[in-house]
Formats: sequence, structure tokens, C-alpha cells
Amino acid sequence: MSLKDKLVSSYIAFEDHLEDDSPIHDLRNDAIKVFEEQGFPSKKEEAWKYTSLNALLKHDYNIFPKNERTIELKEVRKYFLHDIDTYKLVFVDGVYNSFLSDTTHDSIDVCLLSSALNKAKYKAVIEAYFNKTAVKDSLTSLNTAFAKEGAYIHIPKHKEVEKPIEIINFSTGNEAAMLLQPRNLVVVGENAHVQIIERHQSLSKNQVLTNSVTEIFAEKRAYVDYYKIQNDARTASLIDSTYVSQEQESHCRVHTFSFGGKLVRNNLNFYQKGERCDSTLNGITIIEGKQHVDHNTLVHHIAPNCESHQDYKGIFADSSTGVFNGKVYVEKDAQKLDAFQQNNNILVDDKASINSKPQLEIFADDVRCSHGCTIGQLDEDAMFYLQSRGIGKKEARALLMYAFANNVLESVKIPELKARINKLIANKIGVSLGFEL
Amino acid sequence: MLQIKNLYAGIEEKEILKGIDLEVNPGEVHAIMGPNGSGKSTLASVIAGKEEFEFLKGNIIFEGEDISELDPEERAHKGLFLSFQYPVEIPGVSVTNFIKTAINENRKAKGEKDMPAGEMLKKIKEKAELLEIDRKFLSRSLNEGFSGGEKKRNEIFQLAMLEPKLAILDETDSGLDIDALKVVANGVNKLKSKDNAVIVITHYQRLLDYIIPDFVHVLMDGKIVKSGTKELAKELEAKGYDWIKEELVK
Repeated sequence: MSLKDKLVSSYIAFEDHLEDDSPIHDLRNDAIKVFEEQGFPSKKEEAWKYTSLNALLKHDYNIFPKNERTIELKEVRKYFLHDIDTYKLVFVDGVYNSFLSDTTHDSIDVCLLSSALNKAKYKAVIEAYFNKTAVKDSLTSLNTAFAKEGAYIHIPKHKEVEKPIEIINFSTGNEAAMLLQPRNLVVVGENAHVQIIERHQSLSKNQVLTNSVTEIFAEKRAYVDYYKIQNDARTASLIDSTYVSQEQESHCRVHTFSFGGKLVRNNLNFYQKGERCDSTLNGITIIEGKQHVDHNTLVHHIAPNCESHQDYKGIFADSSTGVFNGKVYVEKDAQKLDAFQQNNNILVDDKASINSKPQLEIFADDVRCSHGCTIGQLDEDAMFYLQSRGIGKKEARALLMYAFANNVLESVKIPELKARINKLIANKIGVSLGFEL
Repeated sequence: MLQIKNLYAGIEEKEILKGIDLEVNPGEVHAIMGPNGSGKSTLASVIAGKEEFEFLKGNIIFEGEDISELDPEERAHKGLFLSFQYPVEIPGVSVTNFIKTAINENRKAKGEKDMPAGEMLKKIKEKAELLEIDRKFLSRSLNEGFSGGEKKRNEIFQLAMLEPKLAILDETDSGLDIDALKVVANGVNKLKSKDNAVIVITHYQRLLDYIIPDFVHVLMDGKIVKSGTKELAKELEAKGYDWIKEELVK
């Protein structure tokens, strides 16, 4: 049986177990129909031209993993930002782990989607926001059909959340192959501020495929900083679809650090619905071996006087492959827009490749849009400069790669996180430099 | 210290250096002057080991060893330093971190341990004062957004920190106003000793008012066509290069 058939036929049994009066009962039924019609995306679709899921779909994934294994904190401590105090939402094989988590209902809600979906007091928020900004494509629909668990974060207006919130999805390798479908909902009220860090981490060498969906709603003047750390095992793949809906004068930034995993596909979509919104989409990709990372971004400008900035840097070694498919769509009312998009890549080895496709679709006449992409090797003059100071080739390359990716790090506002990413980059590049980067 | 014998080098089939002979001894300052395109910067790059240039024939002997096949970092480890005409910008790496890395990489190559942090800080402070560099400057990203003068001062700061046996200053005076020029020249003079040597590559004689050369060589069309003392530099300043060409024709 194909994975698609298995999912469709399992759906009825899954839905049976859920309560009928769930506010999203109808959404689920509609969603599975969309998935059944469309199936998994193939390379025939323009948006999937350079990323094939075929090899991944061949595994016999367990789609309802049981949480049989407990994990010790010391086993996974390194995956947390342990040097600062944070809220934590930890899921192990798709199931909430209260022992490792640190939730709150104290003036803000940092809790579970499962309780939000089931408890009456959250009903109004779920009805107002759940699945409201997600595109009804096949993978998002598949997630919606099976949506059961994930992070539920609701920050009421004027509330500045000082502690960052960590969302971590562990998979233990209980099953030979496992499909996980976390679903996150983040609602940030008027003038509220929040910082969120999300990561997916496999703790074994078994196959894991994660089809994750996150919806973020930023109300008027809200500030949202969202960091995605993608440094998973080489047997873990991730399809991440994130939808950000912005109201007037809100500021949203999503940073994506893609260093690990077998195949990573990021569908990152921003919708600017109010005036004077500001959106930032930054990414650093450093991969090697046969890794594949695909960034598929969309910034949809609807209202006037807005800004968007996209800056994606990629370093590709060995026969790794990358895709950048970035689209800026400007509606006719989105006048006085300032949209910037940049994608720069370094191919370290001859066999590495990147397909970069920036796209602009503009229907307004008074806008400033710029885009550019570069693909190249490390600058020889710069290499000579460093070597002439006595710095060996390997270290010189590392320094230049670091310098290349660095400006993307400047906008990381949590110092501990920045230090962590710095370290990951240094490890990734494979040298220990004589100083903390 | 340095003996260059019948050096030929070029780039992409084009011969630029056509038989250079030059000998530099400890304690000496040599100036190499010449019109644009005569091969001055190529000579500096070839001595430092830039791979882009093809080494065609001849010898570059440094401290008794032929270094013409060595990588640039290996030449640096032996005590060679090139101050760049156009230093490269390295965003995200501060001047301090860069120089620490360079010093410790040089020590590592010699089998020595990293310089202790206290010693490093003291040395940085001392050399920064010598070049009138303030502390804020040291935490800026290397060469990023530096003015022409700041870049050159930073080159000489690195020279001071690395204490090479032979320093080649490639057009260090270009882009400097007179005050910056004095600071840079003063720095170079203070670092000079009977054990090290300097090659100053320049277009104008201006810098040579402050860094007094023992020998002046004129490079034209890839060859040293005339050598003399500092008086030669003054003559070139007054009369240009054409008279040398005419002299050569005769």
C-alpha cells in the first residue's frame, strides 16, 4: 500500500477516536479530501521541480507512533537553550512530555494544541484562527486532517513575554520509520511581543519524516521573532509549512538555520494585511554530503507602506543540493512598498549545486523592489589575504565562510541563541577557531 | 635575507616579470618605484605566493631556502609579510580576533602553544598605541567600512603584531593624508631593526621622505632597470620616468 493510501484509509479510524463536537471536525474532513485528491506533490509541479519526495515516501512509516520510550533530561539537555530560562513545549514521538516541558497559563497561554482543541475556553480562539491562514495545499491539508498535537501559544495584547519559548519535537526511533505531523498555532495580540525557537530532533538512526505546520497571527503592532533550528540527524527529513499573517504595523521575523537533516523543505509564507508591516525572512544553510535543503518563500503584500526583507545565505559542500525559490507578490493597493530579496550561495565542491529562482510579481506602480542572487566560490583574493597572514587554508576558508554568513546572524536577538548558532556554524565548517565566533 | 634571481612570472600566458634580480639584507630598506603597469604589485604578490600568478622561472631565496613553491601561509610562517594595497573586508571577524588567529596560527606552525591571553592583550595595546589606533577600532569588523587610511593603518598594525623578518609594503601611501602617512611611517620606522628588512613599493617619493630607503630600484616593463640611493627617488620625482627610458634606448 502506498503511503497516501495508508494515510487515507487510516483517517476514518483516527477521526472516530476524536470527539464529534471538536471545533475542527469539519475542517479535518475537508482536508483529507483535498489530500486524497491531490496526493503528495511531485516534481511535475513547478514549486517542487527541484525537490523530490519519492525516495522518502517509499518507507513504511508508522503514522500513529506510541510514546513508549521516556527520555532522560541529560540525554537531550544539549538541545535546549539551557543557559537561560525559557518556556518549553516538548513532544516525544508526537506526544506531549510534561516532564521536560515548562508551560504556563499565567496571563499568557503556552500550552498544548490538544487541550486548546478540546477545552471550551479556547474555542473562540480556535474558531477565529485555526487553519485560517494556512494554504489548502496537499501537505498542509494532510497535516490539518491529522492535527492533534503541537504548540498552542496565545499572547494577549500589550504583553511582552520576556522568556523565549522553545518548541522541541523529539523522535526516539521507537519505530523503524515514523511520520510526525506537529501542528502549532501562535496568536500574538495587539502590541504584544514574543520570541519562539523551534527544533525537530531525531535521537536515533531510524527514518523520520515530519510534516509540520505552523500558523502565526500577529495583531496590530505585535512583534514576533521566530527561530527555526534545523540540525537534525541524517535520517530525518522535514517538510515545514509556516504561515504568518500580519496586521497593521506588526513586525515579524523568521530565521531559519538549516544545517542538518536529509531533506528539508521550508514553505514560508507571509501575508501583510495591514499598513506599515515589516517582515524579515533570513536563512543560513550550511550542508554537505547528500543533504538537500529547499527554501520556498512567499511574501504577499496586500496593504500599502510596508517593508519586507529576505536574506538567504547558503554554503554547499560535497554533493549537497539547495533550492531557493523566493516570491514577492505585490497587489495593486500595496503602494510605497520596499521589498528586498537576496540569495547568495557558495559552492564549496564541484558536485554541489543550487537552484536559485527569485520572482517578483508586481501589480502596484509605486514600489521599490530589488532582488538578486549570486552563486560562487570563495573569493581568491580574500583567501590570499588570510593566508599571507599565516592562516592555513582550512582556517582561512572557515573564516571566510563565517564572514559570508555572518550578517544574517546579526539580527538574532537572543544572545545565548546567537552564541549557540555561532558554535553550530563553527562545528559545521569543521574547525575550531582560536576565538569564540 | 632575500635573494631574487632571474625571476620570471606572469598571469594567463602574459609575462609580467621578466628577469628580476634583487638582494635584500637584514637592516636594509629598499624602495621599488616605477610607472603604472611596470609589475610592482605583481612582484609583491609573487614573493608572497599568490597562486593566481604563474611562477615561470628563477629563484626566490628567503633565509637561505627557495620558497617559490611554498603556500602563502608557509611563507608567512617563515617571516614574510605583505601589506596589501587593497586589504580585503571580512565582516563579522573583529580586528582583534583576526590578529589573535593570525598570531596563534603562526605559533602553531612553529610548534608553539597559543599566546597567553594576558600577553596578547598587552601586545595589542602596545602596538595599537604605536599606530594611534583606539580601542573601538579594534572591535570593528576587519576592514569593513574602513576608510583608506584606516585600512593602511590596520595593515601596519598587523605588521607590528606579527613582527616579520621581511615586510613588503605595497603602495601603503596611497589613500593616506599627510598626517596618517606620518603615523604609518613612524610605526614602520619604530619596528625597524638591524635584523629585519623592508621593501617599500611606491609610486611617489612622498613616503620615502619618512621611511628613508638605503636603495632605490626602478622597475620598468618587468625588469629592474636602474638602482641607486635615495637621491634617485628625488630625481624621479622631479623628472618622471621618461629620461630613464631614453637612457635605456641609448
